[in-house]
Amino acid sequence: MSAPDFDIQYVAHLARLKLTADEEAKLGSQLTNILGYIAKLKEVDVANVEPTAHAFPLVNVMRADETRPSLPHDEAMRNAPAKAGGLFVVPKIVE
Amino acid sequence: MLNQLTISALAAKLATRATTARAAMQACLDQIARVDGQIHAFLSHDDADALAQADAADKRLAAGERGPLLGVPIAMKDVLCVKGQPANCASKILGKFVSPYDATVVEKLRAAGAIIFGRLNMDEFAMGSSTENSAFGPTLNPWDTTRIPGGSSGGSAAAVAADEALATLGSDTGGSIRQPAALCGCVGLKPTYGLVSRYGLIAFASSLDQIGSFTKDVRDAATVLGAIAGHDPRDSSSVPRPVPDYAASLGRSIKGLKLGLPKEYMIGGMDPEVKAAVDAAVKQLTALGAEVVEISLPHTDYAVAVYYIVATAEASANLARFDGIRYGARVDGADPTALYSNTRGAGFGPEVKRRIILGTYVLSSGYYDAYYLRAQKVRTLIRQDFLNAFEKVDAIVTPTTPTAAFKVGEKSDDPLQMYLSDIFTISCNLAGIPGLSLPCGFTRSPKLPIGLQLLGKPFGEETLFQIAHAYEQATPWHGEKPPLKG
Repeated sequence: MSAPDFDIQYVAHLARLKLTADEEAKLGSQLTNILGYIAKLKEVDVANVEPTAHAFPLVNVMRADETRPSLPHDEAMRNAPAKAGGLFVVPKIVE
Repeated sequence: MLNQLTISALAAKLATRATTARAAMQACLDQIARVDGQIHAFLSHDDADALAQADAADKRLAAGERGPLLGVPIAMKDVLCVKGQPANCASKILGKFVSPYDATVVEKLRAAGAIIFGRLNMDEFAMGSSTENSAFGPTLNPWDTTRIPGGSSGGSAAAVAADEALATLGSDTGGSIRQPAALCGCVGLKPTYGLVSRYGLIAFASSLDQIGSFTKDVRDAATVLGAIAGHDPRDSSSVPRPVPDYAASLGRSIKGLKLGLPKEYMIGGMDPEVKAAVDAAVKQLTALGAEVVEISLPHTDYAVAVYYIVATAEASANLARFDGIRYGARVDGADPTALYSNTRGAGFGPEVKRRIILGTYVLSSGYYDAYYLRAQKVRTLIRQDFLNAFEKVDAIVTPTTPTAAFKVGEKSDDPLQMYLSDIFTISCNLAGIPGLSLPCGFTRSPKLPIGLQLLGKPFGEETLFQIAHAYEQATPWHGEKPPLKG
């Protein structure tokens, strides 16, 4: 947890988030400030402490493998921004 | 006026057929028409649908059916799916999204005969503490419309305080029910993690999110929880355990109960009037027979830092689904990556972008252990602090917030100061325990509500209701109304 040295353009690319130059500058300085605050966690001795992912973990939550009613196709598609022939329209992926 | 009643008072009138569900629903819609222009609690409401549900409830009542929620108008935060109604999370990115199904809590309330209506304003994707992060403009506090109502469920809190609904639902990830309930002067409950199904709740941080209620008194909070709690196979984090009769815990004496006051919560920066109100509430609880002892939650000071790692990390993953392919707004691009980036860049507001970037960073290669894993370990210590305290006490008493409602714009340019306003509510979500905020007084000038927070053992909601109800019966605060003119 060294000094915040993140590359905002790299992280924005990982997050698939297009930022304007102004946003990059503003977010960059605000996040430096927040990461500086978060650095206080370095003070805590966490040796031999197990991480908590959920306060009340339930494991192997299974259900019976049986057919049940589900959302009708047209209902599932109703909010699609672009559709044709019952499918989502997307930009070309494979040449 | 019917819209000013509590759920229990309206249910009593409906049971004797002294009034109708349609009249109650119409009274809420009339109140919205009168005052919502001043507070903007609602993003939208479908009056024809609401009145049709009221008529259906009146038919059930005429047929002799009775129930604590039959014919009761309850409004929804814009994060909960209601079939055929919009769900935007107060964001532009969902476009003209219409929910294809009901959330489990909505299904359960419908089965109980409640009228589900309205979309309540919130901070975009529940990220914020003031409702200023809504893409559709802020909600204002009914007690002083130059001030924020709290957040993220600011619309849910303001609507109940302004008598626009008898009760509302919200979600609480780090205080998003309890903080606005405190700042607007209503009763807000965040149940134990796993008690209420999140199926149909648009996810923010999945290890922290819980659905809960805003009500005008403690009895109503018990009634709503009784209706929405319980195991749901469609939410794998839902805990299989029977739902108790919460109303049975009301009216029991609190004599002999042990309450803990965490010494770490007596921080500098707390408003003196808030401190005085909470001190007086503790005296009142003692007078009612509770024994109050000082306790220690030694890792309190790290809770905000842990929260802003865990919550943003989970949010960065959960919000990946908003990519412009299957639903919501789309901004085209030459290839899929450009389409995703353009859509998300145009669709998300500044706070959501800030948290996605922070969450992506703390999970990224080379930083995962230093940030995310370390935060999860400190979370273990925070949770252990509470479990240790609950070996000595039945519940914990704290202020809900360090100050009363702040001014619009006061903290919106300083995200870190905004985050620190959640300092008393965040640990509860990290530990997964239940928390309830109820009114415990007012500041003098301007007159603004102050909230008392009760934190309970896991699945200890009955004890919270018992204490809160005893306090409420002994104090006048919950009966006060904001000075809105209509």
